[in-house]
Amino acid sequence: MYTFGVYAMCIVPGMSIGQTFLGLLEATPRHGYDIKRLYDERFGHARPLAYGQVYATLSRLLRSGLVEVEAVEPGEGPERKRYAITEAGVTDVAGWLARAEKPEPYLQSTLYTKVVLALLTGRSAADLLDVQRAEHLRMMRELTRRKRDGDLAEQLICDHALFHLEADLRWLELTAARLDELAKTVLP
Amino acid sequence: MTGPLLVAEDLHRSFGPTRALAGASLRVDRGEVVAVMGSSGSGKSTLLHCLAGIVRPDSGRVRFAGRDLGALTDSERSALRRAAFGFVFQFGQLVPELTCLENVALPLRLDRLGRREAERRAAEWLDRLEVAEVAGKRPGEVSGGQGQRVAVARALVTRPQVVFADEPTGALDSLNGERVMRLLTGAARETGAAVVLVTHEARVAAYSDREVVVRDGRTRDLEPAA
Repeated sequence: MYTFGVYAMCIVPGMSIGQTFLGLLEATPRHGYDIKRLYDERFGHARPLAYGQVYATLSRLLRSGLVEVEAVEPGEGPERKRYAITEAGVTDVAGWLARAEKPEPYLQSTLYTKVVLALLTGRSAADLLDVQRAEHLRMMRELTRRKRDGDLAEQLICDHALFHLEADLRWLELTAARLDELAKTVLP
Repeated sequence: MTGPLLVAEDLHRSFGPTRALAGASLRVDRGEVVAVMGSSGSGKSTLLHCLAGIVRPDSGRVRFAGRDLGALTDSERSALRRAAFGFVFQFGQLVPELTCLENVALPLRLDRLGRREAERRAAEWLDRLEVAEVAGKRPGEVSGGQGQRVAVARALVTRPQVVFADEPTGALDSLNGERVMRLLTGAARETGAAVVLVTHEARVAAYSDREVVVRDGRTRDLEPAA
């Protein structure tokens, strides 16, 4: 169910590539290529951005007045545009950084549905939870290995994922311990 | 020698009316790190004590390197524990009157190794566990994380074949817990020691190769050995 890519997306791209670009541009104006390189280096991990995605995002930011083209420079191939953040862009990124993210209970709702369906159809909900538990722990091991071999940025990203998986595991354990109770409420 | 290093078969053990183990089985291969997980009172610590020959099961069998622990006398089992096993507990269990260096050298001294050589090896292990600076201090003078790393050094100084670790990070904060686990499993892998790691924390278990869950005194191997 979980892959590292899923977590990378949860951590940054899922939130907003656009606002991440704005944050990168606030320090200094940059070319599209530099933004992509920086983004991939700091946040992309297993999922580097496609060039199409980079330029589509920049076009959207341009249309919204959050960035502007500061200079157009001739290159070996097509002309290179240097993008700069606007005042509206700075306000936008500041607001985004100040806002709390909505916690998403996405996984539990799927698993809860599966557990209830297992109970309703006479299947073993305990086995279902054990299978999920093993998969969670397998993912946690992979992340722990990555953390051991990675730099500080990699360690922090892996820790974020590990804490989420740990929380899910606690839910799995709690649910496993309350299956009999749950069965009484869902079975006719 | 081929075959598993440690095998427990159908262990039962009660303490008065309380049944701690009710048919627990486990197999640990050489150099393998196995996490034994379970909620409080599930029987995981009793399982570890049976595996280490500290507690005799009421029935069932534990074999280490082909030898039946139940067939050994108490003194033979003590000798085996000292020579082949290392232990790390939740609260370090260091001897408060001894310095950290003397604590680590202690199992070597009990095996009649000379003081100078025992302390030389102990100092090497303190350095490896990144606590060389506490060598001359007593356990009461060091932090919880440092004390636990001293305990890991003491467990590994005899180059055991198995390290039994019972909630080794249970009394530590996340950062110190991670450091202890990284150093414990790293050093065990380098020396080829197997680790039986009892924990209820998934982040700690994630340092293992495989997980076994204990529920109501029975084991469930969610990821059978390869």
